[in-house]
Order: sequence, then structure tokens, then C-alpha cells
Amino acid sequence: MSERRTGMTSIVMNTTKLVTGLIAVFGIYIALTGHISPGGGFAGGVILAAAGVLVVLAFGGKFSQRLVTESHTHVWDAAGAAGFLVVGLCGYFTGGFFMNFVPLGKVHKLFSGGMIPLSNLAILVKVGAGLLGAFLALSAFRPTSGPLHKPDMES
Amino acid sequence: MGLEWMVLALIGYMVVAALIAVEASDLLSSVIALGAAGFGLSIINLLLGAPDLALTQVVVEIISVVLLVRVVLTRRDTSVQTHRGALRTAVVMLGGGLILAAAFFAFGGLTGGAGPEAVPPFGQPVLVHKAGDPVPPGAAAAYVEGAVKQTGSANAVMAIVLDYRGYDTMGEAAIIFIAIMGVYTILRRVGRSKPHAPPGKEQTP
Repeated sequence: MSERRTGMTSIVMNTTKLVTGLIAVFGIYIALTGHISPGGGFAGGVILAAAGVLVVLAFGGKFSQRLVTESHTHVWDAAGAAGFLVVGLCGYFTGGFFMNFVPLGKVHKLFSGGMIPLSNLAILVKVGAGLLGAFLALSAFRPTSGPLHKPDMES
Repeated sequence: MGLEWMVLALIGYMVVAALIAVEASDLLSSVIALGAAGFGLSIINLLLGAPDLALTQVVVEIISVVLLVRVVLTRRDTSVQTHRGALRTAVVMLGGGLILAAAFFAFGGLTGGAGPEAVPPFGQPVLVHKAGDPVPPGAAAAYVEGAVKQTGSANAVMAIVLDYRGYDTMGEAAIIFIAIMGVYTILRRVGRSKPHAPPGKEQTP
């Protein structure tokens, strides 16, 4: 692959354009319906991170730097973790740590399960941002010294 | 009986894939074999009635294989060749397997022993409790009976993970958080001094 063009071939790029949105929506769906069907925040977050990984791999690091950088994923990762803690603390102020403080609603509906969808949402943000950030850090990492260093390894 | 043979066949497939992953000389082959072993595990989870776990296993396998391929392919020339004795590997694997099998049978593995510490019979998870089971119902029975009424969640797994055992899940989330912070810290580029800079020009962290 030449130095000027980053990313993969145009077939991969166009397919990525078509499917990335679907993958991201599917991840959010898996997380938001975790209390009704199999799934949950962790699986949804990993699928959401996979959509980001697909974009980074298909379009190359230069392009994806304009969309999302490591500092963004730091912030979202910490926000998800703090959100999960806030859900637990809200339960603490209404009875006990991780007490279900939201009305339970009707079973099998989207708005049911009390705080479970809120926790799933927080875990979705946390895992998605965390895994994408780890991927960005690993894929952008080039050893600058030591036994792994190769001067001609810039791809 | 058919279920057990399918699970056994998948376990054999996973053993073969794990052996290839350990013994392959090419790192890319190792990564692909590792992914094959993980997919076998996810199908076993699906057969044994754990769709939540199977879904999570599949997506985590996909992500980890993609990440490892990305890491391995950019550093293909840095693979380190180590020579392990085949005899030593065989002895270690056989010993570990025998210890695990002994522990499995000591706690009443296949037939189901007595007492609360016993392993339940194969294909009969603790959560599904019937009247004549040797293992007494503990908190699991209360969870299964009360999940829908007490938490309003139709998915009992989510009811346990995020409502009854929410505190434990917070610990898990903290583990992932710390692991990812470790990745950021080790691979960071900001604040690292230049390796070949002349002395005196080095940045102080």
C-alpha cells in the first residue's frame, strides 16, 4: 500500500459506509433491550466498539483522527463509569446501594426493569469507548526504542 | 444424550484449536486458531442454554481477533522463536488435566454429590431447580422465582447481574476501567522523553 493513500481499497470503504451505521444501531439496540432479550450493556458496547474499529481499519488512522481520538474515548470511558456509579448512588439515597429506585413498569415493555436499562446504558458507553480507545492506542503505537524498534516500520 | 456428544465434539475441536494456537510457528496462524477456539466455546454456551454469554463471547472473540491480527501483522518481523520440548508440554498438560478431573470427580462431578458445595449434575444448571434434586435450592431459587416480580426485567440474567448483584457488576466495571487505563498508560505518547535526544535536551516529565 502506498504512503499517500491511507486505508483499504474502495470496495472495503464503500461496504464500510453501508454497514457501519447498522452495526452501531444494532449494538445500541442490544444494550437497550438487555432486560427483555439476551444481550446487555457489555455485548452492546463491544458491538459499538466494533463499528468504530471497522471505520478505523477501513479508512486508516489519518481519517479517523478527525472523527475520534484517544482523548475523546478517555472522556466517554470515564463518563460511562461515573454514570454507572451515579445509578448505584441514586439507589443508595433511596434505600440501599444499587437499590432499584425507578418504577418497575410493565414486564416485556421497553421502559421496564427500573434501573436496569440505565445501568445497561452506562455500561454501553463505558465498554464501547474503552475498547475503542484501547484499539486506537494499540494501533497507533509504534515502538521508538528497544528490541521491537524498526526504523522502516512506518506503515 | 445428543447434547452431551455435541458438547464433547466441540470440546475436542477446541482442544485441537488450542494446540495449534500454542504450537504454530506463524503468529497469524496462532491468532486464527485462538479465534476458532473461542467460537467453539461460544457455541457450547449456546447449546447449554446461555445465550447472553454466547453473544458476549462471540463479539469479544471478533474484537480480540481483529485487534490481535492488527497488532501481529504490523510487527510480523518481530516474532520470537522459542523452542519448547514436546515432552514437557505434554507432561504439563496431562498433569493439569488430571488435577482438574480429580477435583471434578471429588465434588461429585457426573452424578451430582450431596451437600451445598457439590457440583450439580451435567446439563442441569443451579438456576433450574427441580423437586428431587440432590443440590438444595439456595439463593438461586429465590432469584429465579422473584426476578420478574421484584425487578420487572423479563431477562433473569440481567435481573441478577444488574439488580440483585449490582455491586459485583460495579467491581467488574472497575476491573475493565483499570485495565484500559493500564493500556493508555503503557502505550501513551505524551510525556515520554525522546529516546535518542542528546543529554541536556531531554524533556522532564
